[in-house]
Amino acid sequence: MSDEFTLKVWRGDKSGGQEVEYHVPAETGMVVLDALHHIQHNQAPDLAVRWNCKAAHCGSCGAEVNGQPKLLCKTRMDDYAGETVSVRPMQTFPVIKDLVTDVSWNYQVAKEIPLLEPTSPAPFKMQQIDADRVQEFHRCIECFLCQDTCHVLRNHEGQQKYFGPRFMAKIAEFEMHPMDGEDRIPLLAHQAGLNMCNVTKCCTEVCPQHIRITDNAIIPLKERVADRYYDPIKILLRRLGGKKGEPGKANTPVAN
Amino acid sequence: MAQPLETTSAQKPKSSAKPKPYWVEPLITMVILGVWVLYSLWEVFFHNSGTYGNYISPYFSPGVGKWFGWHLLDGLYVAWVPFLFRFSCYYYRKEYYRGFFWDPPSCAAVDKPRPRYSGETKWPLAINNLHRYFWYLAFIVLVFLWKDAVQAFFFKNGFGVGIGSLLLLINAVLLTFYTFSCHAFRHMVGGRKDCFSCDGKPTTSYKLWNRVSSWNMFHGTWAWASLASVWAADLYIRLLSMGVIHDVRLF
Repeated sequence: MSDEFTLKVWRGDKSGGQEVEYHVPAETGMVVLDALHHIQHNQAPDLAVRWNCKAAHCGSCGAEVNGQPKLLCKTRMDDYAGETVSVRPMQTFPVIKDLVTDVSWNYQVAKEIPLLEPTSPAPFKMQQIDADRVQEFHRCIECFLCQDTCHVLRNHEGQQKYFGPRFMAKIAEFEMHPMDGEDRIPLLAHQAGLNMCNVTKCCTEVCPQHIRITDNAIIPLKERVADRYYDPIKILLRRLGGKKGEPGKANTPVAN
Repeated sequence: MAQPLETTSAQKPKSSAKPKPYWVEPLITMVILGVWVLYSLWEVFFHNSGTYGNYISPYFSPGVGKWFGWHLLDGLYVAWVPFLFRFSCYYYRKEYYRGFFWDPPSCAAVDKPRPRYSGETKWPLAINNLHRYFWYLAFIVLVFLWKDAVQAFFFKNGFGVGIGSLLLLINAVLLTFYTFSCHAFRHMVGGRKDCFSCDGKPTTSYKLWNRVSSWNMFHGTWAWASLASVWAADLYIRLLSMGVIHDVRLF
């Protein structure tokens, strides 16, 4: 390992900016956030970087390292031995300063998703096999790296048309819950823009929590939307049965 | 307990190799799928039969043309089924959107804004939402491919094993895994349900869904392997019928 790392850190704000080169002494086990802290403490005290837990649990330090969306606290410098490490803010969101972006759009989207609507009053019991499926989505730390890499939001300016993968996982978490009685399929088909997603799996590739967003959330939800809006036989059967929508969820508590 | 449909959080060992440029993967996809489509068009539009002895090419099975007395471009009546099944497959969608549409070319690239992008909300790409129907049709074709695989072991002089028999058998096995690891099938057998144990014990649909989920994790592998096996089986039979090679009988 060489004695120092070279970083090019994007510095600027919404009016523009550029990459500035820094040299940081190498230390064993150093992560990109450590290198940025060294720069902050010794060379550029005004460098803005958002962080909190430094343990890949809070989701604050999302940025792009050599173009790849990463958590700065989980990305080791020695993965880039011999390379100049470029650190830029997430490009899907507006920059506030340096590596800090304004992710507030995500919180606005979150408010538009109906929360869990229990079919019977809590506390309720369910078996582990049912909890497993939704618990995968509970691992999300809302770092928004999936939103950053999603090309619908990133390249096609799709914020008005698509909620993004983070919120597909959120909706799946509620929609697949055994005790939920809310119907979010119309929301998915229209306002949430599920079919803007073309299942190219970048969100799954960058997820630091290893949630299989595409396979376990987006595709199952697409199939549910297909049940309701695209499957001609199911549509015909529903019309013959005089039902506009699907039958309501009639879940019953697990027998003890 | 971790469920089989999740990835483990264990980190893979880091490769010391420098990452490839972002365009390498989509380019490889474009070349392989492009050559396969061209080969398929040549096979379907320039040949009327895919039979050699007891071997039947997967491009020409079942012989729908023969059933109805149509003898022009026999493969055309069937080949559209596996083609549309693969075209609407959730795995191939990832590959061709990245490879041919460059939507996106890579997860790290930032392209120029294209506000006309409409994803799969409009026709013709909205046809991908009917993947289940192509699954139903592909399942019927698969039944005939198994019949062909068994038939490939019965020669004029009785039971035997040739290279063609093995290729058709491997093809049927790989296509079975590809078909039954499908995301739409996973939804059909149990994924559409919210509760797997509301009557107090795991339901049959949970067991099926769980099994399909474990196969589904390798759906991409089955997709490429079965594409190669279809290609290999057809090419072998085509070369036999052209007289380029002779069938090797193991016994």
